Amino acid sequence: MALLEVAALSKEFDGLRALDGVSFTAEEREILGIIGPNGAGKTTLFNLISGIYPSSAGEINFQGKSILRMKPHQISCLGIGRTFQIVRPFQNLDVETNVLVAIGHRFYPSLWKSTGPFRQPEIIKEVQILIERAGLHPYAKQIAKNLPLGFKKRLEIARALALNPRLLLLDEPSAGLRFEESAQLMELIRRVRDQGIGVLLIEHNMQVVMDLCKRIVVLDHGSKIAEGFPEEIRSNPLVIQAYLGKEA
Amino acid sequence: MISGYLITILIIIVIYAMLAHSLNIITGHAGQISLGHAAFFGIGAYTSAMLYAEAGFPFWLSVPLAAVVAGIVGALLGIPCLRVRDDFLAITTMGINFVVEAIFLYIPFFGGAMGIGGINLPKWFGREMTKPEYFILILVVFFLLLLMDRRLGRSWIGLAWASIREDEQAAGAMGVDVVRFKVLAFILGSAIAGLAGGFYAHFLTFIMPQNFGFGQSIVVLSMVVFGGIGTRWGPIVGAIILGILPEVSRPIMEYRILIYGVLLLAMMRFQPGGLLGSESILSKVFRRTVYRLSSSE
Repeated sequence: MALLEVAALSKEFDGLRALDGVSFTAEEREILGIIGPNGAGKTTLFNLISGIYPSSAGEINFQGKSILRMKPHQISCLGIGRTFQIVRPFQNLDVETNVLVAIGHRFYPSLWKSTGPFRQPEIIKEVQILIERAGLHPYAKQIAKNLPLGFKKRLEIARALALNPRLLLLDEPSAGLRFEESAQLMELIRRVRDQGIGVLLIEHNMQVVMDLCKRIVVLDHGSKIAEGFPEEIRSNPLVIQAYLGKEA
Repeated sequence: MISGYLITILIIIVIYAMLAHSLNIITGHAGQISLGHAAFFGIGAYTSAMLYAEAGFPFWLSVPLAAVVAGIVGALLGIPCLRVRDDFLAITTMGINFVVEAIFLYIPFFGGAMGIGGINLPKWFGREMTKPEYFILILVVFFLLLLMDRRLGRSWIGLAWASIREDEQAAGAMGVDVVRFKVLAFILGSAIAGLAGGFYAHFLTFIMPQNFGFGQSIVVLSMVVFGGIGTRWGPIVGAIILGILPEVSRPIMEYRILIYGVLLLAMMRFQPGGLLGSESILSKVFRRTVYRLSSSE
């Protein structure tokens, strides 16, 4: 059974087809690259999987169970974590509290459990481990908005990992980062995969995609135009055409 | 001996503090702006007044029921508010305030423009409570509410509210059921406003729709913002200062509103986080003092 199974997924915004019959599967312990030119529908795909938009047609199964009609909080509690293309940490909360919010997914479904205090030794311990894994331990008490972009992105990953996910959706993690920052982030993503978590990675930096991903799905104008191993994708004429335009 | 005038002001200030505290749950903790909070204050006051004066319920039952009814109405009215944000939410809540005030004013059942009278201070030990006793009663209730607020602030509920206030979409992606926790904030905030309304009605002994209009909502919101939105003590400090201000400036009656307005403007210009906000001069001085005291040990 595939970890994530997307079948004939479509999304229309007032008649505009942002996503048109896209199908693919993602496995555990695998980084699946999602690439495509701007406006190809990559972020829309993430927003459908994480339940932010309802889909117009198609199927999304996670661990064999349909998550099509679920709300974002239910999907995240099931074990799908995500980051955002434009980073969205809780800006006025410190790093530790940001991660704590996500740890709370175990308590929020019960109103009674939610009345319990969040500062418990074993929970704080857990948060510290997550922060350390993301390389943020010197900044645990820093307010998120004061962190540089690279650290905000790591914070988003630490927060998503606090959901104890089986699948992680990463939306352009290297965008806007310097080379070293990006390299460190990729290392973090590799380690996440090695923990057995499946990763869907939207990325524009081809170097990163080719290095990191086992398989790649290419979207263009809302449709899947190619899928395969990095070397296949690199030489696929349709992909080259989508990125560079048709030869005159 | 404390004068009757002073005790009246003290009681009104505690009631305002309770009201500001209740608005702070919705607007400060959960980040949902409300320009119509006086509606729930009014619903509480009318519930308590009518149960007491018309249906013959005792104070000790009518006031808690005022909180329950205001909480239920808060939940119902909170639902349309869930789909709108920010400026749209401000207008929606304002509309709610106008509608509620109009219902009290135009439906004869609620006494119309004449309001409802015949509400009294509670009885205990076979006699009517004195004003100082009533003051202590509401002070104790308020203290219990603050304890609850502290407990909530340290709970997963408080954390969920903070995440919603910061970024709803990200909160949802972190497993926070945004709808449930928003409704919870509306219920709690409205119920406490209703409780304050019950206490208010029994103290004034006579209520009118005008007591619960849009202007009242703005006064309460000013208290919250002035003192420090989202802080525990800010709304209380705001209620004390803005509650006392009209009284001490009585000799310069004509300039009261002017002073009030200038104070609010100056506050927003120089201390937008409020008197006790995390960036304010007062909290910086406080933090520095604490730091010095702890490092000198």
